[in-house]
Amino acid sequence: MSRQSNRTTDSKKMNSELFTLTYGALVTQLCKDYENDEEVNKQLDKMGYNIGVRLIEDFLARSSVGRCHDFRETADVIAKVAFKMYLGITPSVTNWSPAGDEFSLILESNPLVDFVELPDNHSTLVYSNLLCGVLRGALEMVQMAVDVRFAQDTLRGDNVTEIRMKFIKRIEENLPVGDE
Amino acid sequence: MADDALFEFLHMEIVSHVYKEQASRERVSCVSALESMGFRVGQGLIERFTKDSPTFKDDLDIMKFLCKDFWTNIFRKQVDNLRTNHQGTYVLQDNKFSLLTQLSNGKQYLEEAPKFLAFSCGLIRGALSNLGLESVVTAEVSLMPSCKFQVVIQKT
Repeated sequence: MSRQSNRTTDSKKMNSELFTLTYGALVTQLCKDYENDEEVNKQLDKMGYNIGVRLIEDFLARSSVGRCHDFRETADVIAKVAFKMYLGITPSVTNWSPAGDEFSLILESNPLVDFVELPDNHSTLVYSNLLCGVLRGALEMVQMAVDVRFAQDTLRGDNVTEIRMKFIKRIEENLPVGDE
Repeated sequence: MADDALFEFLHMEIVSHVYKEQASRERVSCVSALESMGFRVGQGLIERFTKDSPTFKDDLDIMKFLCKDFWTNIFRKQVDNLRTNHQGTYVLQDNKFSLLTQLSNGKQYLEEAPKFLAFSCGLIRGALSNLGLESVVTAEVSLMPSCKFQVVIQKT
């Protein structure tokens, strides 16, 4: 009886474990291929960017959010819709800069780091750096250039995971030559 | 509770990355890199999934479990056809393999298909390995999105 009822909750959990374990295997492989953490961080960011530019289409197709009017709205959509849809968590949006162009996403828990511990010789590795690339790539496809980085990371001893996002500029849509 | 789409995107990007970065190396080592990643993941997943289940009766029971529960949890459907010669060789046929559906619906890109199956072969091999079965897993595809995984159990 209990096995039956466990099945539906288990299947959702299993999928997140599939993603978490696959991500872990990827990071391990990258650490083997590249000598230093900086290089691994860069690769994760690049891969995240490639995923982000495609993920945004999947996101826009499945959610019914329209165009965001300002950066605050963007922040809310990212935290309450996107993170919830893809990772099942809702980070909180805090620490707005006075100019309103920079904010923090505070994640109480990070699904990517289930079962993960950083060994001492990889203390500068930003394990979840893929997320930064995904956010950057996705927002670039909606005409926003942003800078994304991890300010705090539970893997490195902090209490929470904090992602800092800074708006750089609006990207002008480039119409093809001859298209007026 | 990660979304299914996330794994598919990540898998696509991993395949693309491995082939880009190892362009100087032969194709064979790219496939084995992907397969060994799948192996680790398969080992981990099967442990999480079967920690409360009773032991399996025999090899066929294990393969049936793989085709039904394991496949459903990872690829959201069951394997469509399982064949065996009762001497250690099993063929799992999936007519709509979820990692190939976005690639093509026929013979286009057939040469690229094996790249996207290497990880899954490793997944199967890793799962079987942690259930006590050493195996060799290969994949064959002639018409996408249908594909066949051949599992040969190694008798020690």
